[in-house]
Amino acid sequence: MQWFLANLPQVLSLTGSHLVQAVVPLALSVVIAIPLAQLARLNKALGAFILSAGSLLYTIPSLALFVILPGLLGTKILDFTNIIVALTIYAVALLVRSTLDALNSVDDGIRQAATAMGFKPVQRFLAVDLPLSVPVLFAGLRVISVSNISLVTVGALLGIPSLGFFFTDGLQRNFPTEIVVGIVGTLVLAVVMDALLVLLQRLLTPWLHTPKLAGVPA
Amino acid sequence: MIVTNSEDPQMVVPDVSPTADTSTAPAAQPNGRAGSAAIEFTNVVKSYQAGQPAVGNLNLNIDAGKITVFVGPSGCGKTTSLRMINRMVEPTSGTITVGGRDVSSIAAPALRRSMGYVMQSAGLLPHRTVVDNITTVLRLNRVPRARARARAAELLDTVGLSAAMGRRYPNQLSGGQQQRVGVARALAADPPVLLMDEPFSAVDPVVRAELQQELLRLQRDLAKTIVFVTHDIDEATLLGDKVAVFATGGRVAQYAAPEEILRAPVDDFVAAFVGRDRGFRHLSFHAGTGVAVHAAPLAPMGAAAPDEGAAAAGSGWRLAVDAGNRPLGWLPPGSAAPLLPGGSLFHAGDSLRNALDAALSSPSGLGVAVDDDGMVTGVVRAPEVLAAIDAARISFNAANTATAATTTPTATSAEGRP
Repeated sequence: MQWFLANLPQVLSLTGSHLVQAVVPLALSVVIAIPLAQLARLNKALGAFILSAGSLLYTIPSLALFVILPGLLGTKILDFTNIIVALTIYAVALLVRSTLDALNSVDDGIRQAATAMGFKPVQRFLAVDLPLSVPVLFAGLRVISVSNISLVTVGALLGIPSLGFFFTDGLQRNFPTEIVVGIVGTLVLAVVMDALLVLLQRLLTPWLHTPKLAGVPA
Repeated sequence: MIVTNSEDPQMVVPDVSPTADTSTAPAAQPNGRAGSAAIEFTNVVKSYQAGQPAVGNLNLNIDAGKITVFVGPSGCGKTTSLRMINRMVEPTSGTITVGGRDVSSIAAPALRRSMGYVMQSAGLLPHRTVVDNITTVLRLNRVPRARARARAAELLDTVGLSAAMGRRYPNQLSGGQQQRVGVARALAADPPVLLMDEPFSAVDPVVRAELQQELLRLQRDLAKTIVFVTHDIDEATLLGDKVAVFATGGRVAQYAAPEEILRAPVDDFVAAFVGRDRGFRHLSFHAGTGVAVHAAPLAPMGAAAPDEGAAAAGSGWRLAVDAGNRPLGWLPPGSAAPLLPGGSLFHAGDSLRNALDAALSSPSGLGVAVDDDGMVTGVVRAPEVLAAIDAARISFNAANTATAATTTPTATSAEGRP
């Protein structure tokens, strides 16, 4: 605890960079996965390809990807961009599938009603399909958020600053306190992010949180 | 197939040609009321890959400003036919015109916005409040928010919902209320055509009856061209100005006024579809005015009035009424017997069907007749209702023969009058 307090500035700064490396890929993956999932929904053959490509990408070990990417992107090995790109790839790979599930969870009757009212396809997707798929979509996002936060720590092996630094440093110095601070910090971050996502989901789905009205007359 | 209706071609699709609204339409319209449009199916076929077509060579003229019901068993193509009107389904061949304009010449989203659409279980958008649901089409048409909301408030009132309902989400409404919102939403842009796809089939019978009456009331004011799909022949004959009975394979077996379909089904399929009770149902089209109404053996509740009336009626049953002379139930013969619930009521102006049902459903065998205020006017007896039905059957048969012999002028005056 004393060590933690003494090193608070470093803990906070590492938490900050950890957060950036976890959240930016999450946001990017949403932007990329939603159109991909809709493409997959509209075109079965393309959909099968997108889904298997996603699964394939997810099987690449994270450390390997962190090492390969600088070569492919022309970035320096210690660049944040590597982690962000790598985690975005993983997040998209996972999120395409759950976004597809989310879009398929929308009642087809509602979709047809919207079409019958005269929504154009893109209008309908943004105004009807997407908002209604939020609950299932967020179930996927929450898993990815946790997985991202844990994957960011791997970057510490290459020297990219994150809470993972406390693992490598604590291990080298044989100093368990530091490792515990790293673990607890990562855990707290994951829990806080999850809580924020739950809150955001509630804000985006007001109709699911209405008080039940007793005795609604016919 | 029956009426050729040359409706003014300017009457359709107000948002496509905003200037061609009712105010610029010529005063002399052949069949037209403002704000409605005739629909015409010409040689329309819809077939999917294999097998029998879903709709086979449909030719149908739907009158402007009237309710036309498509009725038939499942899989007979009635919903497919409805959905071809707003291009939710594209026909394989043939043309459909609305107000004289070929629907395939209008962009589908614009076409759909020019027609109200009500479906089973309302199809409300669950993530939007009632007001936002009602304003959907107006907002798609870029009507300013404030004006759209004012219109929504007006429509809530039209369909009998309080303004407070507007802030609710659909899952906070009962099934009947959801259907009312569905109707309000369809009416929002004041379209000339309303398409209704089994709109009332998911609500309970009491609410359904209410909604049917509301629709008829609304239609008296609005005179929209309504195409209504149902599998319920009772609903079809109640609502339809005309009924198209669809047979399997998307063939229209009969297209006629509901009275004629019940009286003179054109073939075995239609006869079987309208059902065993069609004789009883047809009584709906005979006014019950010929049935004798006798003095009721009244027993005012609260007052200890003895039963002078009971002796007159000679049955020993007494009808309990409240202070306002409204029926409460029947007291069986004998002193200390409990009050039995009464049967259905025969209202002034009701049909023979209601008269017979009132008599048959009453525990005393006496049907209670009431006036418009619900006050007892007397009782009717089943044998006398049957006698009136017998008298009606004579004119019934005359009309039937006349239809078979392709109509004499006297047949029309004979029908429907006991």
